[in-house]
Amino acid sequence: MRIICTDMEGKDHELLATEEWSVMEIIREGGIPILAQCGGSCACATCHVYVDPEWKGKIPEPNEDEIGLLNGAFDVNENSRLACQIIFNKNLDGLKIKLAPGSL
Amino acid sequence: MTENNAQNPITTDAIIVGAGPVGLFAVFELGLNDVKCHLVDILDRPGGQCAELYPEKPIYDIPAVPICTGAELTEKLLEQINPFHPVFHFGQMAESLVKTPEGKWRLTTDRGTVLEAPIVIIAAGGGSFVPKRPPIKGIDAFEGKSVFYSVRKMEQFRDKKIVIAGGGDSALDWAINLQPVANHLTLVHRRDEFRAAPDSVLKMRSLVAEGLMDLKIANLTTLNGADGHLTEVVLQEDGKQPHPLACDNLLAFYGLTMKLGPVAEFGLNLHENLVTVDVATFETSVPGIFAIGDINTYPGKMKLILSGFHEAALMAKKAFTYVHPDRRYRFQYTTSSSDLQHKLGVTEAA
Repeated sequence: MRIICTDMEGKDHELLATEEWSVMEIIREGGIPILAQCGGSCACATCHVYVDPEWKGKIPEPNEDEIGLLNGAFDVNENSRLACQIIFNKNLDGLKIKLAPGSL
Repeated sequence: MTENNAQNPITTDAIIVGAGPVGLFAVFELGLNDVKCHLVDILDRPGGQCAELYPEKPIYDIPAVPICTGAELTEKLLEQINPFHPVFHFGQMAESLVKTPEGKWRLTTDRGTVLEAPIVIIAAGGGSFVPKRPPIKGIDAFEGKSVFYSVRKMEQFRDKKIVIAGGGDSALDWAINLQPVANHLTLVHRRDEFRAAPDSVLKMRSLVAEGLMDLKIANLTTLNGADGHLTEVVLQEDGKQPHPLACDNLLAFYGLTMKLGPVAEFGLNLHENLVTVDVATFETSVPGIFAIGDINTYPGKMKLILSGFHEAALMAKKAFTYVHPDRRYRFQYTTSSSDLQHKLGVTEAA
């Protein structure tokens, strides 16, 4: 299974995805630089990504913590999510996301 | 504390840069080896990431501690190192590190504190916590003159038209505190939801209801002014045309982020912004300077608090040889050594 991660230069990377891993981990282990300063504890908003609108409906809604952090982040739009809070499963095979400026 | 400067530095055995869990535990390991410590941290309190990023979040992988929060871990470490009387220099960033003619290390902070010691331990984690800068074009030209990320003197803002940006505790606390001082105060946040103490949110809303301050749910898009002095900010509210708001000072509170900062200029070998070390001693490429915890890298490195604790113990063994060159290193257990127990203050006076 794979996800497609678009980096800040607009280049696409196909990354090996594993069920139950967070998308932040999939990006980090795929060798794409992502800050993720708090290490995935939903405390910092430095793994901000934009989810492709086509995929948005397949991902559970963000919880209150994540919404709060996104409200305080920059360059946020309606597709913004924290990658550490998106848990990969087989229904997300092919998921497309783009790194947001605050994640580098 | 007495004033100190380059002519009159504070002298100690070891300077620790960073008062996170690993910096704190280093005080313990060094203390057992008769090495006294001063610690410098940019935050205003101990704990590093444990204090700033996840004070309330549970940690499950500290040996023999099935669960504790970041705040609890910090508190326990402070209790553990208390017998060694560490001295803290909070709210300041280690800015420069040079060797003195006598062969000691002289560390100067951005607040002018000068410390000298034979050894320095970099335990700076992910680097210095610095304010997140909003990505507004040209904001750097206003920083320090009319755009600020912290408040040192409230009087500076008397009778000013102030815009405060952000939705956390800092933004709300300063909105509430500066409202009586300001000519006019507007709080700007992206959403009408706040990550702050419920009391502060209530207080802010009542000030807004009484017409004593404004709340705008909007994005800040542009800063206008000249020579570093703001005249207006431009707000973009959902579904509306952007509109200007007269403003003398913008205070932006978007939380903190970590940057390696001046440590990069200390002359140490780095690999991808991490300090390379010898795994037997955790000494850097520069003799007498050590690096422990998340800031270092070596083959097999795992960024765990427990790795940093292990690194502190090995570092202390080598550190001892710099601080007490005339003494022979003695390996002892706290369970059996009356010497160590005496240092810890756990034995009856003989």
